[in-house]
Formats: sequence, C-alpha cells, structure tokens
Amino acid sequence: MTEKRVEVNGEELVLDSAGALWWPSERALVFADLHFEKGSFYAFKGQLLPPYDTRSTLKRMTALFDVYKPALAIALGDSFHDRDAANRLDEFERAQLASLGARAEWIWIAGNHDPVPPSWLNGTITEEVAIGGLTFRHEPSETEARGEVAGHLHPCKTVTRRGQSLRRRCFASDGRRLVMPSFGAYTGGLDVRDIALRSLFATDFFAYVLGRARVYAVAG
Amino acid sequence: MLQPVFTAPVLPPVFADWFAVRGWSPRPHQLALIEHARQGESVLLVAPTGGGKTLAGFLPSLIDLAETPKRARKAALHTLYISPLKALAVDVARNLETPVAEMGLPIRVETRTGDTPTGRRQRQRHSPPDILLTTPEQFALLISSRDAARFFANVKAVVLDELHAMHNSKRGDLLALGLSRLQTLAPKHRRIGLSATVADPKPLQRFLVPQPISGEALSSIVIGKPGAKPKISILSSESYVPWAGHLARHTMPEILNAIKQAVTTLVFVNTRSQAERTFQELWRINDDNLAIALHHGSLAPEQRRKVESAMTRGALRAVVCTSTLDLGIDWGAVDQVICVGAPKGAARLVQRIGRANHRLDDPSSAMLVPSNRFEVLECEAARDAVLAGELDGEALRKGGMDVLAQHILGVACSAPFDAEALFAEVKSASPYRDLSRTDFDAAVDFVATGGYALKRYDRYAKLRQTPEGLWRIAHPRIAQQYRLNVGVIIEDPMIDIRLQSKGRPTGAGGRVLGKLEEYFIETLTAGDTFVFSGDVLRFEGIHENAAYVTRTNDPEAQIPSYNGGKFPLSTFLAMRVRQMLADPRQWKKLPHPVGEWLEIQQLRSKIPDEGELLVETFPRGRKNYLVCYPFEGRLAHQTLGMLVTRRLERLRMRPLGFVANEYALAVWALRDMSGVDMDALFSEDMLGDDLEDWLAESALYKRTFRNCAIISGLIERRSLTAEKTGRQVTFSSDLIYDVLREHEPDHILLRATYEDAATGLLDIGRLSGALTRVKGNITVRALDRVSPLAVPALLEISKEMVAGEAHEDILHEAEESLVAEAMSVD
Repeated sequence: MTEKRVEVNGEELVLDSAGALWWPSERALVFADLHFEKGSFYAFKGQLLPPYDTRSTLKRMTALFDVYKPALAIALGDSFHDRDAANRLDEFERAQLASLGARAEWIWIAGNHDPVPPSWLNGTITEEVAIGGLTFRHEPSETEARGEVAGHLHPCKTVTRRGQSLRRRCFASDGRRLVMPSFGAYTGGLDVRDIALRSLFATDFFAYVLGRARVYAVAG
Repeated sequence: MLQPVFTAPVLPPVFADWFAVRGWSPRPHQLALIEHARQGESVLLVAPTGGGKTLAGFLPSLIDLAETPKRARKAALHTLYISPLKALAVDVARNLETPVAEMGLPIRVETRTGDTPTGRRQRQRHSPPDILLTTPEQFALLISSRDAARFFANVKAVVLDELHAMHNSKRGDLLALGLSRLQTLAPKHRRIGLSATVADPKPLQRFLVPQPISGEALSSIVIGKPGAKPKISILSSESYVPWAGHLARHTMPEILNAIKQAVTTLVFVNTRSQAERTFQELWRINDDNLAIALHHGSLAPEQRRKVESAMTRGALRAVVCTSTLDLGIDWGAVDQVICVGAPKGAARLVQRIGRANHRLDDPSSAMLVPSNRFEVLECEAARDAVLAGELDGEALRKGGMDVLAQHILGVACSAPFDAEALFAEVKSASPYRDLSRTDFDAAVDFVATGGYALKRYDRYAKLRQTPEGLWRIAHPRIAQQYRLNVGVIIEDPMIDIRLQSKGRPTGAGGRVLGKLEEYFIETLTAGDTFVFSGDVLRFEGIHENAAYVTRTNDPEAQIPSYNGGKFPLSTFLAMRVRQMLADPRQWKKLPHPVGEWLEIQQLRSKIPDEGELLVETFPRGRKNYLVCYPFEGRLAHQTLGMLVTRRLERLRMRPLGFVANEYALAVWALRDMSGVDMDALFSEDMLGDDLEDWLAESALYKRTFRNCAIISGLIERRSLTAEKTGRQVTFSSDLIYDVLREHEPDHILLRATYEDAATGLLDIGRLSGALTRVKGNITVRALDRVSPLAVPALLEISKEMVAGEAHEDILHEAEESLVAEAMSVD
C-alpha cells in the first residue's frame, strides 16, 4: 500500500508516497513545485549541477500517470523554475512533457510572479481554481483557508527515535487545509517546525512523511 | 643512506654571536639543514616538539638574506612558510621577529591568513615581504591570482610545517598541487619539511620533491635527537571500572585533584560532546572555583579567542579541549596533560603529550584516564607503544579528483593553461604521480562543463579553449566565484545557535553562541534541553537557518553528539591490544576488574586469538544476538554492520538493528543465528553488490559525496549573490546525488566519492583488508547467555548515538506510537 487516505474539508484524498495527491472522486492527480530546469538555472549562475532533474521529475510523473490514469492533472505552481526554463528543455524532455500533457486535462496554477508555462503545452493557466470543497492555489493564504490545497513551502519532517533520525518530505494537514510536498527532483525542504509553516495551522497538524513505498502519519 | 658528517659550517658572525649571547649552541640538525640548503637540496627534518625545529627551518633563509646586501635584493618574496593553522603561522611569525630584531637583520617578515585585512593583502601582492608566513588555502589563492608568475618568480625556499599532519589528506593534496605549480614558476627553489616523529618518513620525503615520470624521488632527511621519554601514568581504579561509556565520571575527583597540583593543565578529550560533559562534571565538583575553561571548534570564535588569550596570560588552571588545540602552538606554561578516554593512536598521544613542557630534554608527563574497560586496554597499548618508540603507520591515499578539479580551476584563473603541460606538472606532485591522462582530461572536462555525457552545458562552460588550444576561464566572474570557495575543509551543515533576546519572540535575532550540526538540531522539538558552550539551553524553535534557545536548568539535559569521534582506533593500536589480549601473562598489569573481565571471558567463551574473528551468538530477552570482534575501529564496524544486516535479512533472520564500537559489532534479530554459515556471512564478496546497493541509500556516503561536490566546485559554499530568503540557502547535495547516480553512475565525482569512502567515514579499505585476513579463520561460539566481552557493546545500545543509519522502521514506530497514544484509554 503506497498511499494514505485523509480528509480535507470533507473531501477524501489519497496521499501518494511519491509526493503527489490523488483525488478519486474527481480523478485528479495533483503535483506541486515541479521546478523544471532548476538544474540548468543554477548552471547559468555558475554551479554546473547535473542537467537531469527535469527528466527525473518527468519519469516519476509518468509512473504516477500509469498507476492512476487521471482525467485531470493539476500542477500547483512553480512548475517551471524561471521564465526561460521551457526553452532549456531538450527534445527528449519536451516530447515527454507534451505526452503527459496529452494524457489528461491540465490546469497549471501560476501566480503573478510565476513563470508561465509555454504555449505549446496543453492546459489552462490560472492563479487559483476551486473544485468541490477544495481550492487549489500556489502559496498558502495567511487567512484561515478552509479546503485549501497549496504548495510553495516544500515541507519536510525529521523523525527521531532512539537516537536515529530520518528527514523526509511530507504533506502537512490539519483536516482543514493541506500543504503539499515539493515534487521537483532538485527541490529542497522547509522544516515543519519553522514558524513559516507552523503559523498556518491554528492548532496541531499531522505530517504525512514520505517513505520509500508508503506514507507515515506522525505529529507535525 | 649514510648520514653525512658535517664539520660545523661557519655561521655568519652575527648569527654565531646571537647564539653565544643566549648561551645556546646551534643543534646538529639546525646545522645540517643549513648545509643541505647550501647545496640547494630539499630536506625533511624529523624531530620531536621543542627541539628548535622551527628555527632550523628558517635559519638557512635568514642566513641567505643576511648575506645578500639589501640594495642588491628586489622587494620580492624569498621564503614562503606554510602551516596548517593560521594561529600557528601568527605564532611563528612572532617568534621569528625576535632573532631578526635582535640580530638587526633587514628582513621583512609578514603573515597572510584569512584574518589579514584586505588592504594589507593587496599591498603584499605589490610589495611582498622577504618572508611570508601563511596557510595552504592562502597559498592556493595566491597561485590563482593573475600576477602569480611575477609574485613567485624569485622564491628561493619553502618551509612546510607540521607536514606529518598535512601530507596524507585533501589539504596535503591541494598543497602538493600548489607546490607543483610553484615548481614551474620558480624552478630553482628548495624545500624544507618539518615533521614530528612518524613511523615511515618516505611518503613525506616524496611529498617534498617533484616526482619523475617513472620511479620515485626522495628528499634528503635529517633526524633530530629524540626527546626524553615521556612519563605516562594511567589512572586506574582497583575497585570499579565502568563497562561502557566515554565519560569517566567516576574519575572526575582525581582529575580535579591533578589540576590542583599543577600550574596549567590541558585536559584532552576525543569529541566535542565529551568536552561539554567533562566541563560540566568538573564544575559540578569545583568547590574551590578553579579557573577551568572549555575550548572546541563549535564555539563562537570570540569565545575561543577569550580562552586562548587567558591561557597565554596564565590566567587559567585548566582547559578542557578537543583536537582543535592539538597542533604545535605554544600556549605558555602547560605543565600537565591529561587525556580522558582512549588516545586512538600512539602518534596522537605523543603529539598531545608534547604539549606539556616544551623543553626538549625534560621529560613531559601525561596522565591517561580510561573511561571503560576496553579503554584500559587501549591506554595500556598506547603507553607501551610510545615508550617503545613505536608509532602507527597510516594508509596512504591517492590524490583526490575533487581537489584536482579545484586546482585546475585555480590555475586557469591565473592564466590560460596548456593541458599537456599541466598534466605533466600535476603528475610531478606525489599524491598524483599515478594519475592517468584519461582521468586528468575527465577532470578538465568536469571543470569546463560539469562532465555530463547525456546533456551538455556548453553554453554555460566555465572554461573555453583559445584558438591556440589553451584553456581559459570563460568570464572573470568565475575567478571571483573560485576565490570565495577555495579550500578543502568542509564542515557538516551547521546551524547558528542564537540566544533568544529577552522579551523578543523566537526568530527575532539574538546573540550567536556558536554552531551545531544541522543533523542534531533536526532531532529537537520545542522544550528539549541540551548542553552547549557550557550552558544548559532550551530549544525554542528555528527560523531562517538559526536555532533559537533560552538558558535554563535541567540536570537531565542531553549533550549533542553526531557520529561520535572522528578518529577510530588505529590499526596499529588495535593490533597491540589484540596481542595483549592473546597473552594472559600481560593481564597482570591491568586493574583487577579488567583482568577479571578477561578471565571470565576466557572461561565462558574464549579470548580471540590474534588473527581470528571470534563470533558469538546468544539469546537475551526476546531477541537473539550475534556479536563479532574484528578490532577494526568503529567506522569499519559500522559499515560491516550495514552489510551483515542486509545479508541476515536475505537469510530471513529478521535483523532489527546493530551497534558498533571500536572492537566489536553486535547485531540483534528475531531468529536464532547460531546456525548461520559464518564463512559465507563474512565473506569479502559483501563488498560487491551488497555494498553497491547500500551506498545508494547511505547517509554517510552522501555526506562524503557532499564534501567532494563542494571541494570540486560543483556546489558553492559561498555565492556572489547570497540569496537569503526565509528558506534554506544551501543547495542540498543529496538531491544531486540521487539524480547523478541514476543518470551518470560513472561520473568523476561519484568515483571520487567512492575512493574517499575507502579511507574516510566508511573505512571500506580497512574493512576489506580485515575480511580478507579472517577468511578461513572464523571461530564460532554458540553461548546460552551474553559473554563478558560482549557487554560493553550491548550497553552502547541504550546510549546516545546508536551506530548505523536509520531505517524506515523508525517511521513505522513513530506512527504506531502516535496511534497507540491516540488509542490509549487511560
């Protein structure tokens, strides 16, 4: 069992250990913070990171498409690392991305400052979208946001038992709102203990930690 | 090689007079060095501390400079002195000023370290002193500057201090490469290496001179008179010796007593956490309020400096310290050295003892304080070794590819280079004498565009070829970037510890007390307490890469540690301990509890023979144990534990965990392992596929990769445009590791990481040697209960750091515990 079922504002959701969200009743697959071509952006700045992050991310996305066969796919913002990112994809990556684009209806969430996905890519581009009991946006709103599913913060949780520690990406939720882990291969993480994340939840929340093949619920 | 007999060379009158006025006569090794210098020969001086070694290194240069009239000299660098510690360079400069001033020599002596102000550094480039004292990192920076050729053109001599501490490390690699560059810039210069006593001086002699294409070249060597044998006592208790642990709490009153009896004492411990703990324990019983201070690498620099200057003033009775105080600095009248815990190596012990009483001919004295039974054996072995004049050898490393990459970029920053010529130059550096042209080209390709086969970065290339085929940097910005990131000393990711300002909320700034490893801070939740910088602190929260704390009182506060000490028991000492064990007649000199321990072990199981691997199995509680005794040090045992556990899993033994200490590895499982084929279990083929699979996941391995990535310049430590947002600033190398492994498993950095792991955190080389040695020599004892020899290892299980890396089991447990808590009905 690679999944964990949770409820957010009354909607039943499945958290996949790969770091994506599956909404059975809408047949929707949700990714956050793909950051395509982050590696080559750093290369442009002088750190020649391996240029394989995009294809690594696409490979994992494809695997999830194969499992869930979604009707709708939502990318929750920061899909491309910067404005020029789409131009840096090579033929192979462009083909892969286009092929995913063809497999479902796509919604690309993009805030004001976010790089806009290229025109050859299938889908609607919007700042936020409300479906059923959920509202999808990139950055978590500071006001009480019931039913919100957001990304941007890249939450991580360190679990310590008997002197051993493991740090992994996680979903964070209190049943009212959900913050998604970042999906991009080169995306790092913000500790769930950081004020920036804690302040989103009025009281306690759960950290749903991504294990190798399943998701573990621990106190946030 | 015959030791040439020198008639005393005639010292220039002003020098002879200077010695005479002081009532000294020049020592034989000082005269020998002058003679070698006159012949233009490079030479290694091996001598114990306090023998006028440093003066010996400088005399030839001082004489040369004094004999050349000032007007005939240009303002040019004559002698370069390089030492591993900037404080040492400063200290030596101060000591050098004395003879120069007293003899009235017109010689300019200056230092250049990370602390030297920019203005002075710039001036040094245009108007160099005669003698410059500096560090390997500054030397690398100078080599990379655009006027390096002009700056170094006149160099006549290089003095390398504490060479034994530098040569067989990445710093040594970088230094060797820099010297090979210097060889091209100033072909006639000679070198002097200053070293403490070592088991084998040949590698240092090779380090000092350019190596030919085939065969080897050695510098000359001068061996100084050995110092008086040190007096080493071992504090022992006839009534009680702890089974495990590293605190020696029971000996604190005696340590305090020893401090009272001396003027100034250095109390050495092996790890930072031991330093904090010992400091706490001493102050708990310090009713007389003796001035005892704490010194280790994680304290804020101002704090360390306060302690250092108090020591020099003689204001302290004792300092509890780690190896940051190990190297040569003369801190004043230290007349006693106490080593708490095992010394880890005979050479390290000698160097620590050398800190007490810097006069060569008086015996130094030291007290060893073992904190558990096994450490008693280690201390005895170390004392015997030192008194017999025997020292540990060391496993020699090849030059790192990551360091080579850093050097190549540095060379390009200075001026465009020709690949053919640079290859020949690099190969003349001893650590790189076996470098292949293919590997060199791969390193150049890596520096230029990252070395990626599947998708090239030609448009972002850092190096480009000129029409003549030389390699040049693509843009001046690259040189700026390089200069910010020079060096090969990599810290674990650290987080500032900030004291929360009174009345201000968490995250609103505060005084920095020091730094701690990120790994440790990650394990804390608000309210947890820990000891640091001598205080008890309460963790409040994190914000923007700093952990916020408040001061509090908590006798149960934990002491932060990460992976224990960095040095495992040396092979040499391990062998001595095994010999001691194998010879019951030697047990007589051990304290009674320890001797008894070994006797009962012999009765109920056996004492391992020198060459064999003893494996014991026994049930305990509801688990089954397998304990083996390789005596190869904690790091190698940790690696062995990982691999053996995987194999036991495949054999369906249901292993649950393991713990490793310096001499043993203990694994526990649900099934009884007494019937397992031990020859197969410990076969060296575990270093094939099993090792490969594990390395993909290993956190320790990823740490090694991170170091290589930073040193090679793949990831920057510091950036030109520091992007400080509320999130993490540093790029996580773990993310690159996974992607690189997936797409380009033969990448040069992955190879460099593997080579590092052989001698570094995973000690694979040592483990490999051990497995080959014990093949066919495994003795099994199926016992019905725990053996005495296994007790210390088992006791480690409940201690602060369990060896080995966390499995997903802990996620599972954490979840179950949450469920249980939720489901409980009380």
